[in-house]
This record gives sequence, structure tokens and C-alpha cells, in this order.
Amino acid sequence: MEYKISNRLRTGAIILMILGVLGVGYGFMDAYSVNEDNITEFLANEDHHGDEHATESHGEEHDMSTAHAEESHADDAHGAEVEAEGHEMTHEEHVLHQLHNRPYAALYVAAFFFFMISLGVLAFYAIQYAAQAGWSPVLFRVMEGITSYVLPGGALVLLIAFFADSHIFIWMDENVVAHDAIIQNKSGWLDKTWFMIRGLIFLGGWSAYRHFSRKFSVAQDLADINDNSNFKKNFRISAAFLVFYIYTESIMSWDWIMSVDPHWFSTLFGWYVFASMFVSGITVIALITIFLKSKGLLPFVNDSHIHDLAKFMFGISIFWTYLWFSQFMLIWYANIPEEVTYFVTRIEDYNLPFFGMVAMNFLFPLLLLMNSDYKRIPWFVVMAGVVILFGHYLDIFNMIMPATVGDRWFIGFPEIGSVLFFGGLFMLIVFTSLGKYPLLAKGSPFIKESEHFHY
Amino acid sequence: MASHYEAPIRRPLVTGEKSYHDVTVDVARPVEGKANRAWWIVFSIALVAFLWGIGCIIYTVSTGIGVWGLNKTVNWAWDITNFVWWVGIGHAGTLISAVLLLFRQKWRMAINRSAEAMTIFAVFQAGLFPIIHMGRPWLAYWVLPIPNQFGSLWVNFNSPLLWDVFAISTYLSVSLVFWWTGLLPDFAMLRDRAVRPFQKKIYALVSFGWSGRAKDWQRFEEVSLVLAGLATPLVLSVHTIVSFDFATSIVPGWHTTIFPPYFVAGAIFSGFAMVNTLLIIMRKVCNLEDYITVQHIELMNIVIMLTGSIVGVAYITELFIAWYSGVEYEQFAFLNRATGPYWWAYWCMMSFNVFSPQFMWSKKLRTSIMFSFFISIVVNIGMWFERFVIIVTSLHRDYLPSSWTMFSPTFVDIGIFIGTIGFFFVLFLLYARTFPVIAQAEIKTILKSSGERYKRIRENGETLSGTG
Repeated sequence: MEYKISNRLRTGAIILMILGVLGVGYGFMDAYSVNEDNITEFLANEDHHGDEHATESHGEEHDMSTAHAEESHADDAHGAEVEAEGHEMTHEEHVLHQLHNRPYAALYVAAFFFFMISLGVLAFYAIQYAAQAGWSPVLFRVMEGITSYVLPGGALVLLIAFFADSHIFIWMDENVVAHDAIIQNKSGWLDKTWFMIRGLIFLGGWSAYRHFSRKFSVAQDLADINDNSNFKKNFRISAAFLVFYIYTESIMSWDWIMSVDPHWFSTLFGWYVFASMFVSGITVIALITIFLKSKGLLPFVNDSHIHDLAKFMFGISIFWTYLWFSQFMLIWYANIPEEVTYFVTRIEDYNLPFFGMVAMNFLFPLLLLMNSDYKRIPWFVVMAGVVILFGHYLDIFNMIMPATVGDRWFIGFPEIGSVLFFGGLFMLIVFTSLGKYPLLAKGSPFIKESEHFHY
Repeated sequence: MASHYEAPIRRPLVTGEKSYHDVTVDVARPVEGKANRAWWIVFSIALVAFLWGIGCIIYTVSTGIGVWGLNKTVNWAWDITNFVWWVGIGHAGTLISAVLLLFRQKWRMAINRSAEAMTIFAVFQAGLFPIIHMGRPWLAYWVLPIPNQFGSLWVNFNSPLLWDVFAISTYLSVSLVFWWTGLLPDFAMLRDRAVRPFQKKIYALVSFGWSGRAKDWQRFEEVSLVLAGLATPLVLSVHTIVSFDFATSIVPGWHTTIFPPYFVAGAIFSGFAMVNTLLIIMRKVCNLEDYITVQHIELMNIVIMLTGSIVGVAYITELFIAWYSGVEYEQFAFLNRATGPYWWAYWCMMSFNVFSPQFMWSKKLRTSIMFSFFISIVVNIGMWFERFVIIVTSLHRDYLPSSWTMFSPTFVDIGIFIGTIGFFFVLFLLYARTFPVIAQAEIKTILKSSGERYKRIRENGETLSGTG
């Protein structure tokens, strides 16, 4: 079955991108309309209006010297830093940083969110090959379409990281590092050049696998019926990729996300991010499959395939919750000051997004997708999928925002604009790529099993 | 269920010219026959070890925990090491019967019965340790929230040791039920074949009047799926809770968030290694090579390789974060593991767990039965050391240098461990003589799609009708 991206879809995606650019542009203008000159006035205004949120946080400011500072400081060892910042940063400067960080952080969250979807799909795709799955080959082309976003998406994340610099990664600010003994000790790892090099290596590895797996997959279509050599090549590189992936995914999570809170650390973090990207990726496979099927383009996909995808959405959602809970509970239980501040800020300043995401990522999929019949009903899967995707956007939001904008978070123009922009770009790239090759990977040795798959 | 079509490139799971009847006969043979000399010899050895272990347990309980090598700093060592080791081994059984069922892995059918038996017997051994390591084990029932005459004095639900009680007891009960439901059709088969009245009576009793009607089978399958769906989170949570015993603490080297999934990965790793050890022997002595084929061993080796690699990633993550954290206690804990007085235990663990499974990338090695057997033993030793290293090296040197000390086991520590190994084999050997060690009813469901004979017939384009 051939697919061509429709004009309507392309125009829609471009409109989303334009709206997104406008939103982000407005976000930057709005953020930078407050500067050194009028910050005092801005804060006074805020107080004057009696905004409950602002006053409340204002009272707390004295013990939180920067947005980045919350992570640490209960510990005596960190005294030097508090002192250093104490005389360096006034309350005004601090708020100004938070305001200015916001559009960068909003952009970064959305960029990472869409990128992680495609990387999650790439991992899922590699697992299907390595496990010699018999049910999923009919979905290979859909997965390949989604993974076409890995390279541009990943490059954009790195680019934003490069330009946002200390607006997102406080350790990229030399002034801060000069006064922060903890970050200095990590400077062997947290170094901008080295960070970018690592990022490029990861991206190079992932996109190389994506490139070759797609190439072999297409070549297998044209090969002789008894010639499985391309399939075997794909099997081998998938196994190799998975090894590469498990390492680079962990390191990427430490670099690209965990290091926004450079004082905080958690060994589970890489796997936790993995669960988030994996479930979002599988959800998007299901959504795009249902979309294409509704257009009559995937006649070989039956409701058992949807059922299997929905089972994965259900299972990995629970797995995500398991890791979320493990990380949260262990830190809550031991209550060691240098770790627990991470969750203290999230519970105090991000109460609704923090616990709301648990409801969206766990309770909704658990209740919606428990029933076997419901997992075969497209609109039901779509509904659950939308909730899951929103939930995992919030998950990334909860990871990045507290370190960059602190209690000055809001989901407004820059956040929504960024999601629209990257969402549009994602659609444009993915659906264009979907149109390049037939939607059935007919050469796979398991394709017949997959077409006849019934559960 | 998946259709009968199977891609030609899949290798057969039942080799030889097997018909349904052959499966029945092959599975029933060890049960219907007599034990040979070798069985009696091994059984006696296991029994002696078991009795010796009982002696050590009685000695400990009646004399006091002081007969062990524990001290005021290292107050958990062999007891909890063995506990975690046995629980870990038990996990593969549930993995094979539940997780592989959810993933529709047909190859599990030849190994699930024995893997589940192994789970149950391993959990028995594990369950001993929480009791006997208590100072006053006769008050063990106090861990249960039972209304009582102390003004209804209850337990504190905040302790992971209490969660252990619930986890292990639930795990044992669910595994037992799951295993026994699966056994019903097979016991019924033995009942129907039995010629001696005593055996007929026994198998009639344990098969609960299974008659194999369509409705029964339909419910049987549904129950299996539901139990598999419940057992999967259970198996993850049980070893997670075991890992909480350490991870909830504030001891450097223990307090780390990766423990839950990493302990589970380690459990699958060691459990599959133990299944491999047992099945490689069993397929030989029970003549089951046509069911537990080299492919089965290869696939188990791949699982070992995969989980071994995950464990390796976790080790490296812990090392990196210990450095990255900048917490000197944490950094010292890892430095002490690698270069302290227990360096040999650490490097045994590293080389046995991280390096040895990497040999399985070679097709030649992973399809070699001798090599698989060797590696499976190595992995089990390595995983014992992993628990030992985590527990002892973190305890013997922590925050206050004035409390630094060493640990060495006494003969009672060792004796009890040997006793549990003996007990495990006593149970397993008895099982192998009295239970159908392969789920014949399940094997029969894949015979026509994955049996060598039927695959050949289908590939030649002939019809299956009349092939029985």
C-alpha cells in the first residue's frame, strides 16, 4: 500500500509550526520585556496585585537563592556555595533568571519530548528484530517512518542545549561554577565541549543504526524470496544497537536531563527516562497505525495488532510507574537532604503536574486498557494514548522546569507554542517519510505470520 | 491464540518423530519407572546435607545467633546473602511461566514446569532464613498483624522487612497455585495411565477430577493468563521489595535507587542460570533431549546474556554515579569494594557476572551444552558473591571508621547454606520422580505447529490429516 502525505496534512503541520514559532517568539519577547531596569517594578506590581502564588513564593525566596540552588543547600558541605551565591545574587536577579530561562526551557522540553518518542520507537523496532517477533513486521514501516525523526529531532535538542547554554544547564555558567565546589568536582564530566561531543556520538550511533536498518529493510522487500541476508543483517545490527542504546540512553539521560539539577543524582534515572520514552514511542506507533488504518492504508493490520500495541502501552505504563515509584519512594524514605530536595521542590511548587502525571501515566492507562475488548477498539486506544502522551510531556516538564524556572512555571504561550512547533515538525517529517516506501515490509521472513496474526 | 501457521525459518521445538502419544509416554516414563542407583546416590547425598543443615539450624536456634560469624557491625551476612540468592533463583520460574507466556514464547512449554518447581523449592529455602536469622524466632508470629491481648499491638508497616513477609508469602502462594493449576491436566494423564491402584488413587486425588472438557480448557487458559498477568508484577515487586531491604537504608553502597530493577535483572540472570544447570542434567537423565533441545538451552543462554548485560550496565551506573555524586562515603564504598579487604569477592562478582555471560555472543559457545553448563554454575557463584559484596562490603566499612571491622563465617553459617542446597535437591529429586516434569498438555498444543515432524510434512506441501 502506498501512502502519500496529503496536502491537508502538510499544510496543517506547517500551520502548527508557524503558530508554534509565533508562540515561542512571543514567549521570548514577553520574558525579555522584564530586564534589569524594570524588574523591581515588575516584582512590586506582582506584590501589589496580591497574586497569591507570587507572594507565597516571595516569602520563601530568602532560603532559595537561585532556581538552581534548591537542589542542595540543606547540607552543610554546600555552605560555601550558599555563601557565594548569597552575596552574588539578589532576589531580583534570581527572578530575572527564572523569567528569562522559561522560553528556553519550554523549547527544550518539547524538543526532547518529540525526540524521545522517535528514539523510543527505534528501541522498540530493534527489539522486534532481535526478538524475531512474529506479530509486528506489518508495523515495521510505520515504525521506520517515526524513527526518521531521530536525527533531526536529536540534532535540534543538541542545538537548543548549545544555544540555551546556562539558561538550562546552570553548570555551563562559569560564574556559578567558580563558586560551586560540588559542580567543580564534576567538571571532568560536566563540560560543554565534552557534553556536545558525547551528544554527537550518541546521535551518530542512533541515526547510523536507523539509516542501515531502514536500508536493509527496504532491500529485503526487493530481494529474492529465499534470500534472508538483509533480514539477518538487520537482526545483527539490531542486537548491536541495543547494546549501544542501553549505555548511551543512560548517559544521555544523565547529560541531557539529570544535569539540569547538577547537585542531584539518582542511579535509576537513565532507566526511568527509558520507560518514559518507550511507552510514549509505543503509544505513537499505535496512534499512527490507527490513523493510517482509518484511511484504509493498512488492510493487513487487524485488531489483534492494535490489541498487542495497547497491551504494551498498558504494560509499559505500569513499568514506568514502577520505576517512578521506586525512585521516589527510596528517596522519600531515606530522606537524605542532598537527594530529597529534588522531590521537595517538585511537591511544593509542582504539586499538580507532579501528581497529575502519575494519574495520567498510571491510573488512566491502568483503568482504560485493562479490559481485553477495549484494547481492540481504536477510539479507546486513541483516548488512552492521548492521555499517556500528555502525561509523559508533563513528566519531562517536571524534570526540566523546576531547575530552570523554579516556581515561576506556567503552561502558556512558550510551552504550548513549542509543543505545536515540534509537533508540526514531527508530523511533517514522519508522514513525509511514511510516503517514501510501501507500507508493508513484504520481504520480512515473518511477514506471513504477522499478516495472519490473530490473538 | 496465534494461528497454526509458523514461518519456515523458525526452528522446531520438538525434535524427532513425535506424535501425541509419544509425548505422553516420554513424559510419564520417569514417573512410572523405578529410580536407578544414581538417583539414590544423589538423593542420599542431598539428604545428608539437608540433615546436617537441620542440625546447624537447631544448634543456632537453641544456642543463639552468636554461633554465626556476625558481629556488631556486620549484622547481616550469610543469612541474608543466602536469602536473597535463593529468592533470586526462584524468580526465573515465574519469569518462564508468566512473562514468557505473556510474550507468547512457545519454547517455554518444555521448561516451565521444572522452572516453577525450582521457584517453589527455592522460595522454601529462602523462607527459612528470615525465620532462623531472628534472635527469637519463636516470636516470629509477631510480624503478622493479628489482633492480640497486648491492646492490639500491631506491626509497623513502614519496614521493608515486613513487606518481605507479605511479598514472600504471597509469592509462594501464587506460584504454588499457578504451578498446581498447570499440573491438573498432567496429573490427570498420569491418573489415567496408572495401573497400580495406589498410584491411581494418589494421582486422582491431586488432579482434582480433571476431565478435560472444552469448557474446562477454556477456563484453564483464562486462569493461566490472568495468573500470568498477576504473577508478572508480583515477581517484579517481590525482588524489588527484597532490594528495598537495602535501598531504603542510608548505608553508603546500599542506598541507591537503581536497586529495584537491578535486583530483578540479577534475579532473572541467576534464576535462568539455575534452570540451565538443572535442565541440562534433567534432559540427559530423563531422556528428554527431544523436548529440551539445544535451541532451548541457547535461548536461555541468550536471556542470561541479556540480563547479565543489564546487570553490567547497573554496575557501571553505580560506579559512575558514586563518582558523580561527590559524596565521599559513596565513593569510598565503591573504592573499598574494588580495592579493600574483600576485593577478591568483588572481582569474582565482576568477572563471573559481567564478563562470563558475554561469551554467549558466540553462537558456537552458546549452543555448546558443556559450556552452557559451566557458565550456568559460574553465574550462580557470581550472583552469590554479588549479594555478599553488596551486603558485607557496605556494612563492614561505613560512616564511622571506629566501627570498621571484618566478617568471616563460621561452620554454622556455611552448614546452614549447605543444608539449604541439600534440602533444595531433596525436593527437586523427589519432584523429578513423581511429577510430570514437562507440561505435556502444553507441548501437545505446539506439536503440530512447531514439531519437527509436522513442520517437515507441511514444508513438503503434504496434508496433516491422518497424522495423529
